[in-house]
Amino acid sequence: MNQYRNTFFKILTIALLLYVLLGGLLFKVPELRVIEQSIRNIYFHVGMWFAMIFILFWGFINSLRYLNTFDLRYDQISYATVKTGLVFGVLGIITGMIWARFTWGAFWVNDPKLNGAAVGILVYFAYMILRSSVDDRVKKARLAAVFKVFAFVIMFVFIMILPRISGPSIHPGVDGNPALATGDLDPVMRKVFFPAILAWMLFSYWIFTLVLRSDRINERINELNARFL
Amino acid sequence: MNIKKPSLFSEITGLIQREVVLEWRQKHVFGGIFLYLVSTIFICYLAFRGIMSLEVWNALFWIIMAFSSLNLVLKSFQDETTGRKLYLYTLVSPTSVIISKTVINAFVMIVLGVVGFLFFNLFMGNIASANLAYWLILIAGVFGFSSILTVVSAIASQTKNNFTLMTILGFPLILPLLLLVIRSASSTLQGSGLSAISGDLLFIALLIMISLTLSHILFPYLWKD
Repeated sequence: MNQYRNTFFKILTIALLLYVLLGGLLFKVPELRVIEQSIRNIYFHVGMWFAMIFILFWGFINSLRYLNTFDLRYDQISYATVKTGLVFGVLGIITGMIWARFTWGAFWVNDPKLNGAAVGILVYFAYMILRSSVDDRVKKARLAAVFKVFAFVIMFVFIMILPRISGPSIHPGVDGNPALATGDLDPVMRKVFFPAILAWMLFSYWIFTLVLRSDRINERINELNARFL
Repeated sequence: MNIKKPSLFSEITGLIQREVVLEWRQKHVFGGIFLYLVSTIFICYLAFRGIMSLEVWNALFWIIMAFSSLNLVLKSFQDETTGRKLYLYTLVSPTSVIISKTVINAFVMIVLGVVGFLFFNLFMGNIASANLAYWLILIAGVFGFSSILTVVSAIASQTKNNFTLMTILGFPLILPLLLLVIRSASSTLQGSGLSAISGDLLFIALLIMISLTLSHILFPYLWKD
């Protein structure tokens, strides 16, 4: 039963992604100045961030579970989510940079939202370095979980007070110019946008399960090596 | 036999006394960081001559403060040997350890901040030494740095290469506070009074509260080794 459920979710992901790719590149989009056809990037760029936040939040929950139970399985899950989340985060930044180049004129503009994203990614890279600089498996898990919970909360507050510190942003979202607010989106685009968000989130979960499996297999191999070699 | 368990408060005051004694015995550590601060200021004085504006003055001061607090707080868990840690672990609760460490770090950092601020005003142009609002931000800011960095230092001290880790773990985390203090300090330099920055001070206080609460919750996990 479990097997069928897994297959179903993968087929659904593939079908949705195919639809998003075809629909995203072929459907008619409103003709707007400056942004022109690059508006199609919304299906991919925004999707990357949703996927990242979704998977990293799952990791945060698992770090809490680890601190509650000291069960190393949760630590393994939390590590796999960071590895997956970082890939989506970097892809989100790259898609965003390309988009920025064609609409704002530069790959990077000094904007609170961009900088917030960059700092968030930095924190997670620091997390990876932290893990690799501790050898003991249990200590590694403990330090990593504590740092993650601490950093996650501080970063959350940071993102909230960011607009206050930095003034207006040219990036769409919450304050000012049109954004994710569903009313702003053209009805035709909505037909692709919402499936796209769902598809990328499912996809990120799929990738995460693969990373987790490969981690587990690697650990098993190391155990066996330690025992027999 | 019935041994009365000491109250949290007496534990904390005892630990703070211990920290003060240790700090006093190792005066050279404080002296080293103090010299680090003064020489950084002097280098900036030489390097930034002629290109100084109000904003640069302000940003430079806070960046120097951030680096000094990083250097100062880094030491706080380093000198605890394993044996001493174990001894403390059997005696007192982790909460009092983290509170006493935070208090002593904040205290030393405030002293360092005040002295550094005076020196900065001496070399880089006397701009804010009589500005009450700036003093308030200074004290709140360095207190915030030390409270966030104390937790980071507790994490970093348990690893190899802990200076690098302290920097890469600490900097992104003090960034929100750094941006907040730079902004509000800059606005006081442009002449806005206490009432204009009260919102910012409130946010700084909020960040400090959050970091203290988190350190209180999370430190026990770091402490048991």
